[in-house]
Amino acid sequence: MAVVGKAVKRKEDPRLITGEARYLEDIKLPGMTHIAILRSPHAHANIVSINSERAAAVPGVIGVFTGQDFMDVNPLPCPWPAGGVDNNLNTPRALEVEKVTHVGAGVAVVVAEDRATAQDAVELVDVEWEVLPAVTDAEEATFDGAPQLHENAPNNVCMEWDCGDQSGTDAALGSSDVVVKQRLRNQRLIPTPMETRGCIAQHEAVNGEYTIWMTSQAPHVHRLLFTAFIFGVPENKVRVISPQIGGGFGAKIFMYPEYVLTTALSKKVGRPVKWVETRSENYIATTHGRDHVTDVEVGANRDGTITGLKVRTYANLGGTLSTVAPGIPTTLYGRMLSGAYKLPNIYCHVTGVYTNTGMVDAYRGAGRPEATYVVERAVDLVASELGMDPVEVRRKNFVPADSFPYEPSGNLLNGLSYDSGNYDKALDMALEMTGYEDFRAEQAAARAEGRYLGIGLSTYIEICGIAPSAWMFGEGWGAALWESANVRMHITGDVVVTSGSQSHGQGHETSIAQLVADELGVSMDQVHVQHSDTLGTPFGYGTYGSRSTAVGGVAVWRSLQRIKEKARAIAAHEFEANVDDVEYVVNDEGVGVVQVKGSPDQSKVVGEFMGIATSAAGGWDLPGDMEPFLDETAYYDPPDCTYPFGTHICIVEVDAETGNVGIKRYIAVDDVGKVINPMIVDGQVHGGIAQGVAQALWEGAQYDENGQLVSGSMMDYAIPRADLLPSFELGRTETPSPNNPLGVKGAGETGTIAATPAVVNAVVDALSHLNVRHIDMPLTPSRVWETIQSRSNGGNS
Amino acid sequence: MWPAEFDYTRPSSVAEALQLLSDNEDAKLLAGGHSLLPAMKLRLNEAPLLIDISRIEGLGSISNNGSLKIGALCTHAEIAASADVQSSCSALATATGMVGDQQVRNWGTLGGNVAHADPASDPPTVLVAFDANINIEGASGSRSVAASDFFMDLFTVDLEPGEIITSIDIPDHPHEGCAYVKMPHPASRYAVVGICVVLHRDGGSCSGAHVAVGGATVRAMRSPGAEAALRGSSLDDAALDAAAAALKDDIANDLIGDMSFPEAYRQEMAGVYLKRAVKAAGG
Repeated sequence: MAVVGKAVKRKEDPRLITGEARYLEDIKLPGMTHIAILRSPHAHANIVSINSERAAAVPGVIGVFTGQDFMDVNPLPCPWPAGGVDNNLNTPRALEVEKVTHVGAGVAVVVAEDRATAQDAVELVDVEWEVLPAVTDAEEATFDGAPQLHENAPNNVCMEWDCGDQSGTDAALGSSDVVVKQRLRNQRLIPTPMETRGCIAQHEAVNGEYTIWMTSQAPHVHRLLFTAFIFGVPENKVRVISPQIGGGFGAKIFMYPEYVLTTALSKKVGRPVKWVETRSENYIATTHGRDHVTDVEVGANRDGTITGLKVRTYANLGGTLSTVAPGIPTTLYGRMLSGAYKLPNIYCHVTGVYTNTGMVDAYRGAGRPEATYVVERAVDLVASELGMDPVEVRRKNFVPADSFPYEPSGNLLNGLSYDSGNYDKALDMALEMTGYEDFRAEQAAARAEGRYLGIGLSTYIEICGIAPSAWMFGEGWGAALWESANVRMHITGDVVVTSGSQSHGQGHETSIAQLVADELGVSMDQVHVQHSDTLGTPFGYGTYGSRSTAVGGVAVWRSLQRIKEKARAIAAHEFEANVDDVEYVVNDEGVGVVQVKGSPDQSKVVGEFMGIATSAAGGWDLPGDMEPFLDETAYYDPPDCTYPFGTHICIVEVDAETGNVGIKRYIAVDDVGKVINPMIVDGQVHGGIAQGVAQALWEGAQYDENGQLVSGSMMDYAIPRADLLPSFELGRTETPSPNNPLGVKGAGETGTIAATPAVVNAVVDALSHLNVRHIDMPLTPSRVWETIQSRSNGGNS
Repeated sequence: MWPAEFDYTRPSSVAEALQLLSDNEDAKLLAGGHSLLPAMKLRLNEAPLLIDISRIEGLGSISNNGSLKIGALCTHAEIAASADVQSSCSALATATGMVGDQQVRNWGTLGGNVAHADPASDPPTVLVAFDANINIEGASGSRSVAASDFFMDLFTVDLEPGEIITSIDIPDHPHEGCAYVKMPHPASRYAVVGICVVLHRDGGSCSGAHVAVGGATVRAMRSPGAEAALRGSSLDDAALDAAAAALKDDIANDLIGDMSFPEAYRQEMAGVYLKRAVKAAGG
């Protein structure tokens, strides 16, 4: 009765569906105070003076503070500068002191008895600003004469980073039959989790301990940053708790000024302090994603063989650096530019740039969607240039199934290798599901009627299970990335797993329980997965990068093996048998028993009251010097990452009169390695596709020339809606990863990574008869319509 | 999302509400609250006193005695579901059924909607096309304003401080077909352009047409040029092209746009959606 591989209903859902789950906003502490933050209305300005007299006089106000009050608190750390190069680091403070470099930067805070009073008072804080000229485009910010944001960053450059083989790639492009050049804009996105950020901090003066409830995808990392980097206190003085989290998409990984501010204030005012972000604040003060300007050059021979890929990218990092901002457009972007292809020459140069915009950091996919967009657009540009079918060009250049492990050329992956794959197989399945040849006939017939149908492919790969600590250290990451897990079987046979991962929608409590149930032979109801509280869970680096199962799940699995070994030893003692003669088996009913090989009558259930669980927990009669209890902790630091892949196919119809893009069908074949819960994987793929499609068609953060966020609310910023999407048609191949004993790869981001280029390729295909080669995202009706109009007037696009 | 402090009162009659308005200079009326409250929460709007008229009796019914009378407190959902509206002014049922989402339609009122006069909202365009009259009560008595005159500019209407909209009349207007169609903004779902067409047919030809546009323009407005182009035509492609061209001319000085949907695009789309509206109206 194995449950791994089955669509087991999620253990999390009853509390979510009934509304009993407790989010940060639901938490109220005795004596709790509330804050409102005064944020800069200017994108670039010096703070001349701040007068808080009027605000402080409002009844109910406990205190008004400015950056000067927090000079004893370190600036926020940036523990992932780009690897191997100099980085001109500038990070935010709890409140800015001298100048601001983006709209929304905090400069003062009001603490009050209630939130409304805090808001009333914060509007009475008077700030004298010296407004400076602003720059919002990453490339323009590097030009001579552009406004300068930071003294230590000439031309606003944070870092210059490259990877691959520059001279080899230049030579290859020089001798290719064709070279296609294209500028690609990967626009800025606003992650928009349903729950905004928030923090409640409580300080106990008697022992100097902080308890911090916060919207965190990585509570142990937050504690690490609070203790070692920001406050300079040991780990035992800070406890971080993530309550139920309403989505993160990466934006809740990071340390933010407001968390530091709230925590520092709890000590200053001697009472608990609560901060919950409004949606308006979320849009200006929580990290954004993407925002690349890229010039791509791709060379190919007439037969479709791609000879070289050269990529030059300006990555917009915002006004100050978020926690891992420089790592995203470097390691997680440049090193992924071989895609699913055996490219003989690759070179990528990235300039990370400060601009007067909100901070940019990892957003679902984080670097890999940007890389996949470049590669999958480049492949289509080659197909278009050569007049070849994009399917054919892909097949021609795929890494062959017998070439794994595959190391991309030019040491692009800096020593790592793609683990396993069969790219043709996923492509074949997707084409079969689509009816590709039939569609091409339908497309031709529709064009004859003046209807613009198009099909787009994305044969992506991604990198998941981000971990090998030594490798990441070499990439500039200032910590490790292993995971750990503790498994305890209690006296009744119930199993408690504690993990350093953090579930904010991923379903860990279910999929980890499935692993445990099958491995130990206990029921799903007997397994309890606990996470999100640094008190009571072993250290872990948190949940992002589709890494929790591929890294944290393996730590659980290792603990389970140790539990099983100990159960065998106890049984051997009880049976008076040699431990080598005792086996741990899960019988046909799914019950885990220890038994003497060949003597099934000498057998004992493990996970029940009076079973081996009780023998161990009781400890009355254990072999030798064995310690009581089935209680094991394991750490796992994998040798390499995992590399999911697949083929997504999108069919669109472009309304020739309006430019509106309608998605008619969406087919996705993903290979995420071994699947533990197909329903959870489907859910991840669905949500990912929705967000990937949304980048292609609707989403886009827009700043005006003064650095004001024009798309500052959901009235202007278009997140995906169910009624704009078709029913997705999902397929799956299953190629286990050899890099971990579970064979899993990771499923959290495939949809976001794959979908965006599939949609853009489809729209360009729909307009290919008008000689359209590229349109920048988002493909809004007006932008597509203008492209159609310009082509009808004989221009090129 | 914390409004500034305000007082609240709930009168039980129009007369009482008018007295409160007269006694409190900066007071604002609260009906469904779906335009005013979001603005107050963002502190884009403040009022020392909110006068909640939502429970005043007699302002929440729909009647049809020759002309259609819709109480100012009728919600979008009630109007969209009304058999009277569906039979005599189906385009209004369509438009009110497109406002916001179900929760918004269950609270937002037609009176509040027209008073707010968001240029991208759907119902005003239909009211202008159907020659609706806005009925207003004030300290000095009652008056009635044609919808075309009532909507003056962006968020600007012919309504004095101290006045209350009590109902909207839609005159009996026999027609052979009508429709409201729009291109929704991908984020807000408000109209990037919305067109309402009312058609009169005489056999194969069009004996008259009303054409109104919203979304693309600062206010809901009629297009005399498009109406003239359709009148007397057989609604063939040439007539539709001429009507679209005339519409684009008529709105040329009243366009609005943003970064995603510039003025020129909206102007073109007004023509496209005019043709779609005529077809949807059976043309």
